[in-house]
Amino acid sequence: MSDKGVKFVIGIYDDEDILLDAISSVRGKGVNIHEVYSPFPVHGIEDRLGYKRSRLSIAAFCFGFLGTCLALTMMIGMMTIDWPMIIGGKDFLPLPVFIPVTFEMTVLLAAFGMVGTFLVVSDLKPWGKPKTFDLRSTDDKHVMAIEIEKNSMSETQLKKLLESNGASETNTKLMEE
Amino acid sequence: MHVESKLRKPLITGGKTLKDVSEDICKRVEEKPSLSWYAAMILSNITLVVGAYAVYRTLWDGIGMWGLNKTVMWAWDITNFVWWVGIGHAGTLISAILLLFRQRWRMAINRSAEAMTIFAVICAAMFPLLHMGRLWIGLIWVLPLPNTYGSLWVNFASPLLWDVFAITTYFSVSLVFWYIGLIPDFATIRDRAKKAGRKISAFIYGGLSFGWDGAAKTWSRYETVSLVLAGLATPLVLSVHTIVSMDFATSVIPGWHTTIFPPYFVAGAIFSGFAMVLTLLIITRKVYNLEDYITIKHLELMNIVIIVTGSIVGIAYLTELFMAWYSGVEYEQYAFYNRVTGPYWWAYWSMMTCNVISPQLFWFKKIRTNIVATFIISIIVNIGMWFERFVIIVTSLHRDFLPSSWAMFYPTIYDLGMYIFTFGLFFTAFLAFSKYFPVINMAEVKSILKHTGEKIKK
Repeated sequence: MSDKGVKFVIGIYDDEDILLDAISSVRGKGVNIHEVYSPFPVHGIEDRLGYKRSRLSIAAFCFGFLGTCLALTMMIGMMTIDWPMIIGGKDFLPLPVFIPVTFEMTVLLAAFGMVGTFLVVSDLKPWGKPKTFDLRSTDDKHVMAIEIEKNSMSETQLKKLLESNGASETNTKLMEE
Repeated sequence: MHVESKLRKPLITGGKTLKDVSEDICKRVEEKPSLSWYAAMILSNITLVVGAYAVYRTLWDGIGMWGLNKTVMWAWDITNFVWWVGIGHAGTLISAILLLFRQRWRMAINRSAEAMTIFAVICAAMFPLLHMGRLWIGLIWVLPLPNTYGSLWVNFASPLLWDVFAITTYFSVSLVFWYIGLIPDFATIRDRAKKAGRKISAFIYGGLSFGWDGAAKTWSRYETVSLVLAGLATPLVLSVHTIVSMDFATSVIPGWHTTIFPPYFVAGAIFSGFAMVLTLLIITRKVYNLEDYITIKHLELMNIVIIVTGSIVGIAYLTELFMAWYSGVEYEQYAFYNRVTGPYWWAYWSMMTCNVISPQLFWFKKIRTNIVATFIISIIVNIGMWFERFVIIVTSLHRDFLPSSWAMFYPTIYDLGMYIFTFGLFFTAFLAFSKYFPVINMAEVKSILKHTGEKIKK
């Protein structure tokens, strides 16, 4: 590791299908891929990279459940316990009447909770600095980044490997930590 | 891997590459706006300012500036509110329900439809807010906050309060859905600005893009978030207009007190929402040369949605008439007899012509693939949907149980001004959006380019 930062070998791919095959064969050679950057979601890429399914849907459920509880607590607290009133001839605990607000609060908290969790775990924030290996990775190219330190192959071997797997271009990039 | 039949028409024409997509969409953000954009913006601003005078008089002098009276205590305000909320249904419907159904034609239109949704809901919210008179007090009263009257809480048994929760939730969830989709596209604009050395633009879009870099891990999470948000937004879209319809349906006024209202209002909302999307997109695609992305095929598919929802609305109108007769309740029967033949017959028949007859023209392929015809019918549908709400609201109220209190509703210039104000607000916001934001979801369009682009089909 140099004192300036971490050295990466990057491979540029033009086509998502070539990229997917390249990921499989590069990983098959025992190379540890740091990350792949794409301008659009590539279907099936998470399986090839060995990523587990995101658990954000569980977060959504938990926040949604919290919303349900909060809404019911609020309405029962106000309309049944604190100031009971007969409205439309219903009793003091008119559960059907509570359905719309409970539903809306559930959706509201589920959506905001999940999106908030997503922003936090993915480290997305207005003052966030993107890890840009190549500016074209948000335009028309897929970029595969491999950290040299973490692999047994040398820089030239890695470049050769990427090129033999369809990379249209390979580079070395020094990234600040 | 997705395999698609070569028989299907391409969704993106013109032999576009990934680079072309970025170029075509970002160009609009990077270039100076055209003269026609300036002209449209100035016109919208004038409309906004003229309408703002009506808002000022309403706030300063009170609701008495409107044409409401003791009998017709709800008229244009709630008509306009329901009309705008209805229009605001298409965006989230397109991005959520069509996502769940894997309809990929949504990708070219979802961005601008969602923007339209957000602006339409803001316009809608203006009416109940201003109807509160002193809205700075009213705003507090609709929220369940502790107060010095007891606390005397808001009434959770009232559909009007459900509406507060439904509209706020709908607005904020739609906004989040829209913004999450915008983040990757802002990153594209940011990186293009960096490459071209435009520092201010790179800084602003850098902030807006939240440091997005397109890592596979983030994309994978993003896809989960989109899917779950779509799953949450789908029942939400349906719930919002259901609850709006309950503002009427839970009352005992003949003409309002019907169980058909929720599905009928939801179908009407989708109907009017798609009509507004068509009106806006036909102009946008022409002005921004987006014919290769928003193709005739897209317009045709939206027209088919219009036929389906328009027919549901038509059946609902007839069902209402039948049920009024079949119920045997003379008040119900009179309410509908008066609606069809009474002093507001012209509004009823405008509604029938615009909403029931005009969309049926789309059964002809020549008409539903014709841009001029689509544009005209989309405007007719929006006029018809405004009349629908006016008919439901005013004709049910103006002849109430006591003939001595029967009255007519005459709008004042301030009623009109309020409506004009929301038009100014809507178009100003939409024009600003079309200049500073990418009008098409680039990342999504790029993801389908290889399979549905014209090149692969050859």
